[in-house]
Amino acid sequence: MDQSGFANLKPRLVLTGITKRYPSVVANDDVSLSIRPGEIHAVLGENGAGKSTLMKMIYGVTKPDAGTIMWNDQYETIAAPAQARRMGIGMVFQHFSLFETLTVWENIALALDEPVPTAKLAPRITEVSEKYGLPVDPYRLVHSMSVGERQRVEIVRCLLQEPKLLIMDEPTSVLTPQAVLTLFKTLRRLAAEGCSILYISHKLDEIRALCDTATVLRGGRVSGTAIPRNETNEGLARMMIGGELAECRLTPREAKEERLKVERLSLASPDPFGTSLKEIDLTVRSGEILGIAGVSGNGQKELMTALSGERLSPASMIKLLGQPAGNFNPAQRRALGLTFVPEERLGRGAVPPMSLTQNALLTGARKGMVQRGIIHPSVMKAFSKNVIERFKVKCGGDQSVASSLSGGNLQKFIVGRETMLQPKMMIVAQPTWGVDVGAAQLIRQALIDLRDQGVAILVISEELDELFAISDRLAVIADGRVSPSVKPAETSIEQIGTWMSGKFGDRADDRAASANAHLETANAQA
Amino acid sequence: MLKLERRATPSSIMSVASPLLAAVGMLVTGFVLFKVLGKDPVEAFYLFFVKPVSTTYGIGELLLKTTPLLLCGLGLALGFRANVWNIGAEGQLTMGAIAGGGVALWFGDSESAFAMPLMLLAGVLGGMAWAAIPAFLRTRFNTNEILVTLMLVYISQLVLSWLVHGPWRDPQGLNYPQSQGFGDAETMSILISGTRVTWGIVYALGLALVAWIFSQKTFAGFRMQVAGLAPAAAAYAGFSEKRNIWIALMICGATAGLAGVCEVAGPIGRLQQQISPGYGFAAIIVAWIGRLHPIGVVFGALLMSLLYLGGEAAQMGMGLPSAITGLFQGLLLFYLLAADLFITFRLKRVAPVEANTLKPPVQAETAA
Repeated sequence: MDQSGFANLKPRLVLTGITKRYPSVVANDDVSLSIRPGEIHAVLGENGAGKSTLMKMIYGVTKPDAGTIMWNDQYETIAAPAQARRMGIGMVFQHFSLFETLTVWENIALALDEPVPTAKLAPRITEVSEKYGLPVDPYRLVHSMSVGERQRVEIVRCLLQEPKLLIMDEPTSVLTPQAVLTLFKTLRRLAAEGCSILYISHKLDEIRALCDTATVLRGGRVSGTAIPRNETNEGLARMMIGGELAECRLTPREAKEERLKVERLSLASPDPFGTSLKEIDLTVRSGEILGIAGVSGNGQKELMTALSGERLSPASMIKLLGQPAGNFNPAQRRALGLTFVPEERLGRGAVPPMSLTQNALLTGARKGMVQRGIIHPSVMKAFSKNVIERFKVKCGGDQSVASSLSGGNLQKFIVGRETMLQPKMMIVAQPTWGVDVGAAQLIRQALIDLRDQGVAILVISEELDELFAISDRLAVIADGRVSPSVKPAETSIEQIGTWMSGKFGDRADDRAASANAHLETANAQA
Repeated sequence: MLKLERRATPSSIMSVASPLLAAVGMLVTGFVLFKVLGKDPVEAFYLFFVKPVSTTYGIGELLLKTTPLLLCGLGLALGFRANVWNIGAEGQLTMGAIAGGGVALWFGDSESAFAMPLMLLAGVLGGMAWAAIPAFLRTRFNTNEILVTLMLVYISQLVLSWLVHGPWRDPQGLNYPQSQGFGDAETMSILISGTRVTWGIVYALGLALVAWIFSQKTFAGFRMQVAGLAPAAAAYAGFSEKRNIWIALMICGATAGLAGVCEVAGPIGRLQQQISPGYGFAAIIVAWIGRLHPIGVVFGALLMSLLYLGGEAAQMGMGLPSAITGLFQGLLLFYLLAADLFITFRLKRVAPVEANTLKPPVQAETAA
């Protein structure tokens, strides 16, 4: 970890002038970067800054339009991932590609470029996983594993090939805070053995804790290099976004009547590998924001569809503005004053080939856009222009099609639309996921303003910092169960992290504080 | 080296140009085909595309065949926009003909003023009833409507066959499998004298206008379009999938049923074993050529009608097999689908990247 350890070594990988253009954007523009053996190098940038594109070129998934890649002092054209792996480059993707119906060793066997005898593979897996503190059972079926455990499988799969360079793409977005610490131990150990690590992230604290050097990308270009340990979060953020971060303020406020009451909501997942909801209790009152934290894949999606009405439940389990509404469809719930922002923007929150004005009609029909079944274009237009203006949506005008907007701008439009429908109750999933820091601030402030006007808001997010900043109360979803809620000031990241691994069960019938959870926390404490 | 690349936004020029390119592709292939068959292409094209419409009677025939194609095409286009893949307009047309024909036979020679309106109504209801079967099965059991609507085509044709061979056979008909001829009150009046074209074409054009208003101006039309473009967004917005499926199939059942009754009450004048040379299937191509847009469908139907007429003329005038009509229809659809690719994609010339051809980099030295 000490820089002197590799400062005099020759670079293992040197990228020079890498440029990659897509039809609508230049993803990478003249990017140069070098990494030495044993170095943990952060690639830092906002969503859409070009981090993933750059990594895909190193791993041979796509080819650069210009620029050179030098590997161990030799120019290389990396044509395919298989070639990258032969060269000694491994990559752990943000989204895993594991077959859920197969066991760990079967999944790994499928991914190996050269066949390894079955009898030898399983012991090898156990050996490697123990050596690096990544316990996995080679005979376990993948679908029974938590997201954190699946990531271990992916890492072990890479390590079996003894990589010289390991690329980690946003690895901590699926981990509890404790599991993050375990992962860091593993990565430091790998680096000490001489493996180079490219660590992609936008989380500043992590980078300062883990990485030796950093290359910061902004809008596809290198906006700076730094030694993270010597920088402050503000300094790194300035390089990342080119400006200052604004704080959002949550003034204490007395919550009023109950707007949403969920009582003992249980719903089996239609997907055999989905998460079933188990006896969920929660309440959201007028004028407060309830934040629900959790590692992805713990029932967030299922909870969202149950609350939106895309999946129905017994009427009494969900009360909306005092009315039993579990059996109401989305249209009926919207009529009661519910609006929601889904996690998936393009294709669910907005119709990709339709204009923003038409997308305003998607949920805004009740706002005078439709009278006696006939559409009133002028009302739609005025509404969408208003949203574009108030939420500073960068677009070519109200006639731009939704798919032409960047993820962040589309999110601003959708949040704006749902906000301006004057809801009584609003549900938001991943409000700032994939959104740049500036826009994220705007969206958070809009939610807080809405709360101050007396709207009840439920936010489901994987960003803990965000939830601590904007929630009046915090709860955690783990394995389809929701924890009791606490005030952010009365808890800590550690406690929430423990809850995220499922350890909050005080109900007698919920002994299933799940075997997974024990494993996860045991590792975290190890 | 050429490479297909997704366009940033779909090309609006290509979406208009694509049907024209398809027509050109069809003509060029037809040209080569006639050449290979040893026919004079110029004469063949004249016979195929010009001669059929060189007389008033010919234009009448063109409009006559346009009527069922347009009616079915309109209904299908609205359904396709909503992701409802009804390919059984032929069956709904047949059922409409049976229902309307049944009413005509019941009125007999009564000369009642109610006969024609009731026949048209029966035709519409017959088509809708037939389309209700796949709608029910899809919404209740999630059955694939492509298979159900297709299979129902053959069932409807067998029902018709049974009727004209059995209960509804004309006693004076020399044992031909056909019903009695309809009376004057049960036959649609001629629109242009000297031709066979009936008021059906007026209904069809009027419905094209209604369909345009429905799809552009009403919330129901918008909901169906959203369901077609992004089903998850429709669910999120609270648009009922079941209602969309029902509306789509009911509209198409109604228009196809109307097409059926217009055929038997118009040029055919009775029920017989075969009442349509595949109008319901050809209308699928019509809907696509018309870009699933009601006004576009009008032009698509005219073109398809011309192919029918030209095919007949080529059979009679040049001794070509009857498959020629289907061949040209197929060519048109084939080229259309191919050209449609370029609405969302474009060809791009890419220079192959080789490591050794690139300039050596400036020696990069990072801060240590």
